[in-house]
Amino acid sequence: MDIFGIFGFGEGGWGLALLAGALMTLLVSACGLLIGAVIGSLVAWARLSGHRLAGAAGEAYAALFRGLPELLVVYFVYFGSSTLLTTVAGLVGYDGFVGVPSFVAGALAVGVISGSYQAEVFRAAFLAIAKGELEAAVSVGMDRWLLFRRIIAPQVLRFALPGLGNLWQVALKDSSLISVTGLTELMRVSQVGAASTHQPFAFYLGGLVLYLAMTLVTTRLFDLAEARATRGMRRIAG
Amino acid sequence: MDGAFVGTTFWRLMAALPLTLEVWFLSVVLGGLIAAGVVWMRVGGSKPLEILARAYVALFRGTPLLIQLFIVYYGLASLPAVRHSLFWPILREPFNCGVLALGLCTAGYQAEIFRGALLAVPHGAVEAARACGMSRLLLFRRIVFPIALRAGLPAYSTEMISMVKATALVSLITLWDVMSVALKIRNDTLVTYLPLILAGAIYFTVNYILGAAFLSLERRLSPHLRPRPS
Amino acid sequence: MGSRLWKSVALGASVAAALAMAPAAFAKEWKTVVIGMEGGYDPWNLTDSSGKIVGFEVDLANDLCKRAGVECKIIAQDWDGMIPGLKAGKFDVIMDGMSITEERQKEIDFSKPYAAPPAAFMAAKDSDVAKALGAGKVVNAAKDPKAGAAAVKAIQAALKGKTIGVQSSTTHANFANKYLKDVATIKEYKTTDDRDLDLKAGRIDVGLDDYPTIASTLDKPDAKDFTIVGPEFIGDVFGVGEGMGLRKSDADLTAKFNKAIAAAFADGSIKKYSLKWFKIDTTP
Repeated sequence: MDIFGIFGFGEGGWGLALLAGALMTLLVSACGLLIGAVIGSLVAWARLSGHRLAGAAGEAYAALFRGLPELLVVYFVYFGSSTLLTTVAGLVGYDGFVGVPSFVAGALAVGVISGSYQAEVFRAAFLAIAKGELEAAVSVGMDRWLLFRRIIAPQVLRFALPGLGNLWQVALKDSSLISVTGLTELMRVSQVGAASTHQPFAFYLGGLVLYLAMTLVTTRLFDLAEARATRGMRRIAG
Repeated sequence: MDGAFVGTTFWRLMAALPLTLEVWFLSVVLGGLIAAGVVWMRVGGSKPLEILARAYVALFRGTPLLIQLFIVYYGLASLPAVRHSLFWPILREPFNCGVLALGLCTAGYQAEIFRGALLAVPHGAVEAARACGMSRLLLFRRIVFPIALRAGLPAYSTEMISMVKATALVSLITLWDVMSVALKIRNDTLVTYLPLILAGAIYFTVNYILGAAFLSLERRLSPHLRPRPS
Repeated sequence: MGSRLWKSVALGASVAAALAMAPAAFAKEWKTVVIGMEGGYDPWNLTDSSGKIVGFEVDLANDLCKRAGVECKIIAQDWDGMIPGLKAGKFDVIMDGMSITEERQKEIDFSKPYAAPPAAFMAAKDSDVAKALGAGKVVNAAKDPKAGAAAVKAIQAALKGKTIGVQSSTTHANFANKYLKDVATIKEYKTTDDRDLDLKAGRIDVGLDDYPTIASTLDKPDAKDFTIVGPEFIGDVFGVGEGMGLRKSDADLTAKFNKAIAAAFADGSIKKYSLKWFKIDTTP
């Protein structure tokens, strides 16, 4: 079959399957990034809280998930969570397998990894807020919530945006390792297509192009967001 | 599952650690060299070179390493022109291909780190040095390099650790690194978790040591951030 | 305080009761059985562009399930996640051209084999190996150990100093490691397709795999310079063949499928699927 046949949308063409895989990759990475944001801000907060135990726990989390190969984390999250859930369900009397859907497991795995990096991004962003601003806010009588909402959150987001943009790219690529969960994202479609048609190059090159397109378009979006978020800041170098 | 199995599995994995570290070290060095070239193209002032450098970074940072590895090892070899070229004796070996693919990939990341570090050098410092009449070389050696090194170190340490983890993908090209051995033991015996947990422990330990080493280097290079002696 | 203590005792007791009841749960009536396949192991099981899994094992699974009186659901699962998926209960049966070996039987149960294709070597038509070994003929080392030993000798002589490629963690890898370790270089690949690419690139001289897999590779136009060479092996380290993988705790399900497999052999159904997908009869 020629290359147009393979990537076509007609009978026997894999075009639709590849596009659907790319869409799934986007979805699962986006959910992973969001989960990672929740985990990351919790860990960053733990490390900044000054609480000894919380700080140590946050540090251990970040060290562990930044130190393990992503593939291992995917394995542990996917099969660990299903085994755990099934055991718990068994205890309350439900008999049989309680699966974590592959999508949830995949997003969770991407999120657990991303969270360990996002923690560092959020922490650095918080530390980049000028001390004087915080002191000034307190001295004009802002309460903690107002301080967080008006001073801390907007600036943390602004300072964290470039880092988050990088981590978004990382999440997109980490999602290529969750094919072990059986989720039909782009990498899995490429692999299955390659094996089923014996045309590996066509499929991997197709995958490469789609991944590149996704990162280029989404990076552009992050750049725009960054430009907007920093429009009030003076720039030293482009 | 018994103690003896844990022991033999652990030592089989440890026996593969040298290969993991070799691939890591060589690809990081290769990547650093390529990155230096890419950064030079990126900030050198020539528009075509800058576009080329940007494209390089976008390509290697924007696509999964797994596909890059596949294309470097299997893809290049499928081209008769490559097979009949001078480079074939080098590209024939999976080890070289692994180092090449990982090196090309990390170069994209390292280039961005170098560039970010260069941007972190305050304009004022450079201007002041020029005003004192420093030569270009002296300016680089005494002002730009030390400040950029310190600024780039945290990100560089993260990239080094990422590369240790990235070596876990070379099983695709028939290299017996720690992860390949773990997966093989797993497939042969169908024991699900133990080989993976042991492999995880090994990777974690290596990365922990690496992270600690970079942290101590960072502290040494930032005397001005240490608490004042009391 | 008193009531809290009482509550935790009650909770502990109910947990203990649930645990005690757990074994009883395994004697359940099997209504639906979930089967895990890779979906990319042509021609055992593969995926068409609409995402449907087809292949020898799909036809076989549907047939066996009908005989066993259960409803079957086939799901795709990457090989790396196959065993954990079985153990965690994501599916109840693995069908993925999985060879029955003693080492694996420590971890999971197998059904009776449903296929025992011969192993075959593949090399370039104009290569030394092809000239030395000639065209293939089937050698059954289980039935005729002498012929098996002679064939191994011939292979060892022909492959001296050559490089052989096998898929990792297969009986073919075991064969190479047992007989060819000292005479040839062995390279192990994650997938058969990767191995075939290296064969075409000239990084390896010979590929060893099961006959159906090799035949499906040779079927493609870009493999026209390659052919099957030397003896096609049955028995020895290749074992009894490929079977379904099941959890050790599901002996009743294994028995059910064993009965179905025996019946499907008896009326020639398995042979029919084998001829359809493998072009040869691979019944053990």
